[in-house]
Amino acid sequence: MAQELVNPSLGKDLLGLEELTREQITAILDTAERFKEISDRPVRKVPFLRGQTVVNAFFENSTRTRVSFEFAEKRMGADTVSISTTGSSVQKGETLVDTARNLEAMRIDMVVIRHASSGSARFLAERIESHVINAGDGKHEHPTQGLLDLLTIRDHRGPVEGLKVCICGDVLHSRVARSNIHGLKRLGAEVAVCGPLTLMPADVADLGVRWFPRVEEAIEWADVLNVLRLQLERMKGGFIPSLREYNRVFGVTRARVEAAPRDLLILHPGPMNRGVEIDSDVADGPHSVILQQVTNGVAVRMAVLYLLAGTPAQDVEAAA
Amino acid sequence: MSRILIRGGRVVDPSQGLDAVLDVLLDGARVGRIGEAVETGEGTEVIDASGLVVTPGLIDVHVHLREPGGEHKETIESGARAAVAGGFTTVVAMPNTDPPIDSPALVGFVRARGAAAGLAHVFPSGCITLGQKGEQLTEFGELMAAGAVCITDDGKPVMNAGLMRMALEYAQSFDLPVAVHEEELTLSRGGTMNEGIIATRLGLTGIPNAAEDVMIARDLLLAELTGGRLHIQHVATRGGVEMIRAAKAHGVRVTAEGSPHHFTLTDEAVEWYNSNAKMNPPLRSAADRDAVRAGVADGTLDVIATDHAPHHYDEKEQAFEDAPNGIVGLETSVGLAYTELVATGLIDLPTMIERMSCAPARSMSMDTRFKLGSLREGWAADVTILDPLAEWTVDASAFRSLSRNTPFSGRRLRCRAVRTIVGGRTAWEGAR
Repeated sequence: MAQELVNPSLGKDLLGLEELTREQITAILDTAERFKEISDRPVRKVPFLRGQTVVNAFFENSTRTRVSFEFAEKRMGADTVSISTTGSSVQKGETLVDTARNLEAMRIDMVVIRHASSGSARFLAERIESHVINAGDGKHEHPTQGLLDLLTIRDHRGPVEGLKVCICGDVLHSRVARSNIHGLKRLGAEVAVCGPLTLMPADVADLGVRWFPRVEEAIEWADVLNVLRLQLERMKGGFIPSLREYNRVFGVTRARVEAAPRDLLILHPGPMNRGVEIDSDVADGPHSVILQQVTNGVAVRMAVLYLLAGTPAQDVEAAA
Repeated sequence: MSRILIRGGRVVDPSQGLDAVLDVLLDGARVGRIGEAVETGEGTEVIDASGLVVTPGLIDVHVHLREPGGEHKETIESGARAAVAGGFTTVVAMPNTDPPIDSPALVGFVRARGAAAGLAHVFPSGCITLGQKGEQLTEFGELMAAGAVCITDDGKPVMNAGLMRMALEYAQSFDLPVAVHEEELTLSRGGTMNEGIIATRLGLTGIPNAAEDVMIARDLLLAELTGGRLHIQHVATRGGVEMIRAAKAHGVRVTAEGSPHHFTLTDEAVEWYNSNAKMNPPLRSAADRDAVRAGVADGTLDVIATDHAPHHYDEKEQAFEDAPNGIVGLETSVGLAYTELVATGLIDLPTMIERMSCAPARSMSMDTRFKLGSLREGWAADVTILDPLAEWTVDASAFRSLSRNTPFSGRRLRCRAVRTIVGGRTAWEGAR
């Protein structure tokens, strides 16, 4: 086991999957696989991050990701604090870099950051010595989400290489989409995106993905669908005429899933808009692995924490 | 009265078709004689310009001096100091200050502060609309009488086409150019860089070329309709250059700017969120950059202007999307123009001087109103002396500007100003 956990270094930070090699991604997924069972133990705790201090700095609302990180950190034995925009010094006008430097002055080891501005995680990483994990920066990347999606796909379909994965919906505004595209491509999947052009970023084909204008064509082609959340305010922005039409034209419905030529695997990063991008009987149906994604999220985050800042691999063996 | 004799330099003055080794005598605030072996009496300061280039003072018609309201970024004095250090004897200050320069009193304030600094000539511009709100025209006649050389809502487009038509019509009573920042806001959608694969990868909202092009098209049509004088600022797209070229061939009264960053860089400079490569219009593709270069070369883009836009360190020291637009340009413009355009063989040195002195003066009628942009006898004794052989490295910490926001730090450049003479007085002298 120790041998398997000796792996390529991730470097100081995890900012995005675009910068990672296939070996690094595989190492994270393999480590996460090992860590899954920790969450199933009666005492869900290992000492790999004992004595380390992690700050969860969430400058944008999040429940699922923040809680998932907190569980991962606590199960790894780290000391954690979580701050959010509301009530923090950020609201009093303090800059991002000042906030981080003040936290760092209290001696910390790692910052997990969620921020509305693309590039904010990298901005921070370049300016503080602590490890930085990007928990979602604007429309750029959400690497741990991408990783947990990869782990979930791998759990159900074996090697990702050669799989056809279509990312459906609001790719334009989605950090999840970018992390998925980079991660899937790195592992050798064929990747497509599907949705109206109003929700597709410019030159998306240059990322090595194909575009399906209609969801039926995507379903005809794909082994896996990753259905993105449609922010409800997109309608006001004019990106789509109505939620009703969105569901009728682009929604992943039971009828469409049942008409698929293959046994589809369906992911959704949450939170879902039932009846908009995905119908309830699909979300709760046999093809859906949405809750397993959430479970895998904790394991993937434990793996990332461990690989960035954990104690050496032989200690894992001793504790395992 | 002080006299200066600039001896033995290569005098390049496209306004007179001059390019020869000559002496230039400055008689007080006016150009005296230009000729071979000009004799001079006692008490004349003699400058040995052998090996150097002597040109009419350079003019930048597009700078942000931030005063009033943004004095932590730049003041009129610090901006004028940066100007003369960069070889500019005249700058035109944009009116998007706080408050915006939309009244004769405020125009007078800018002019007075410029005069008090006593460095470069600082000419104000006035807003097109009150408060740059795009709703009601300012008093063009009063603004001009107070010293404005053009009107512009720079930083913001005039979105209302009907109002823009009236600005182009009304300005003709005063022969004032209407200078425009071209951006269709519903197409730029709050974007922060060029639309394309880099924006897509970085997760930044892109600004399509069309956001600029549809407004350039609109305003060229309105200039044709009204016969008004249109000045299009910082053209950054291939389509924009092509439309302006076609409109000029049609006889539309339009002048336009190419900026050093748009003819030097592409949106690749933004990679990994370099806030010093964030400006509006954004850095675009290589095809667009090449079109801007070609536009400057053939005169479609009449003038080189920097859009000098100082910002405090703290303001640029933010995540990319949160940082303000703009870079400083006054102290790198000569070096970039020479290195990117002249040294590459795209244009010759007289063309560079045409784009940086003569044409800028004409574009805002500063030739006829103030005798700028030429070394004719009796014209303003504004002279820039350039060392075309100088090789230097951009060091932002040495800028005279209060701000350091440049994407060109560390870049090797050729050519720089070694002396800047404004109104017959040496306003700046650098190491030769």
